[in-house]
Amino acid sequence: MTYRPAADGTHPPLLSPGYRSTALRAPEHAPVVLRQRLTEVTGPALTGPVGPSDHDLTTQHAGEPIGQRIVVFGRVLDSDGRAVPDSLVEIWQANAAGRYLHARDDWPAPLDPNFSGGGRVTTGSDGSYSFTTIKPGAYPWSNHRNAWRPAHIHLSLFGRAFTQRLVTQMYFPDDPLFAQDPIFNSVPDEKARRRMVSTFDLEATRPDFALAYRFDIVLRGGDQTPFEEPHA
Amino acid sequence: MPETPSQTVGPFLSIGLTWPTGYLVVPEGSPGAVRITGTVYDGAGDPVSDGLVETWQADADGRLDDPAFGFGRAATRSDGGYEIVTVKPGAIGDGQAPHVDVSLFARGLLDRVVTRIYFPDEVAANAADPLLAGIPADRATTLVAADAGEGELRFDIHLQGEQETVFLTL
Repeated sequence: MTYRPAADGTHPPLLSPGYRSTALRAPEHAPVVLRQRLTEVTGPALTGPVGPSDHDLTTQHAGEPIGQRIVVFGRVLDSDGRAVPDSLVEIWQANAAGRYLHARDDWPAPLDPNFSGGGRVTTGSDGSYSFTTIKPGAYPWSNHRNAWRPAHIHLSLFGRAFTQRLVTQMYFPDDPLFAQDPIFNSVPDEKARRRMVSTFDLEATRPDFALAYRFDIVLRGGDQTPFEEPHA
Repeated sequence: MPETPSQTVGPFLSIGLTWPTGYLVVPEGSPGAVRITGTVYDGAGDPVSDGLVETWQADADGRLDDPAFGFGRAATRSDGGYEIVTVKPGAIGDGQAPHVDVSLFARGLLDRVVTRIYFPDEVAANAADPLLAGIPADRATTLVAADAGEGELRFDIHLQGEQETVFLTL
């Protein structure tokens, strides 16, 4: 099997002038096409160093982090609709005040001693995953005048093959900051952009505890759909 | 079912993406271990200090059927440097020279860039490799690591500029 390329407009161009950091980092030569062989159609099956509280970012410290508790959940699928089971999902994010626990984050919002902002989980047999965390805050950055990143959670996915590797960001519904964010808007196709926006899911809330946002993630699929065994 | 778009890892990827032993594809001191070190540079020639290098490769026998073997991950340091401790992969038997697939992530890269590391002691196999053979010779050299001493190789990555690394589309 080989993996087909995404539809045009799905992924951002590496040179996206609105996002200034791309200027010195986008390669200038056109990429060379590599025919997919065994190295590309295989990939690591990682559990990583997943610890017992890695899926729950609200219980990683002695006390409770500040902010709105949320559940972020969904399924990891490929573009043929097949679940991606037993695969590592990693997340990282700012705290409720929009600050990352990182020496180089100089935004003077408070750090939260009870929130590190990193999480890991492996998908279930149906591709499902779930994290409990705190809704991250928006934060300013120096990209352009009065630039603010919409609230977002970074996610990393492996899939089953080197070809399926994906890093993306999950955004929250109806964020007023979308219009001015060159990272969100680097995705050319509007429908593709909307696929990075999670859905508020009242049914999935944990009563009296946490709001819930569904975020399904779709990785690159195959050129050939393997024969599916009929269900007995 | 349409795909989810790619986004940058941002500058703070180390919060969620790194682990201390990720750079060890094999334990330090393993028989045949090779240390691959390098620096990632941007178009101004400055080191990329907020990047992440990931590698995927066959084992020393050229096998890719053990998904628990062959993955490496190293964040770049403040000087743009990274290192991976691994073994030289065997040829996988399809005419390609031994190689390591590489993903690079960083702030300012809205999608990963992909390249390959080939080995300097495989002159004949590299000359016959279908990828290397299709690239102008002066650029193909950017995909071949440099010998840096016993068990040591150097592989710098240049995102732009005169020495721009050859990047691949899959």
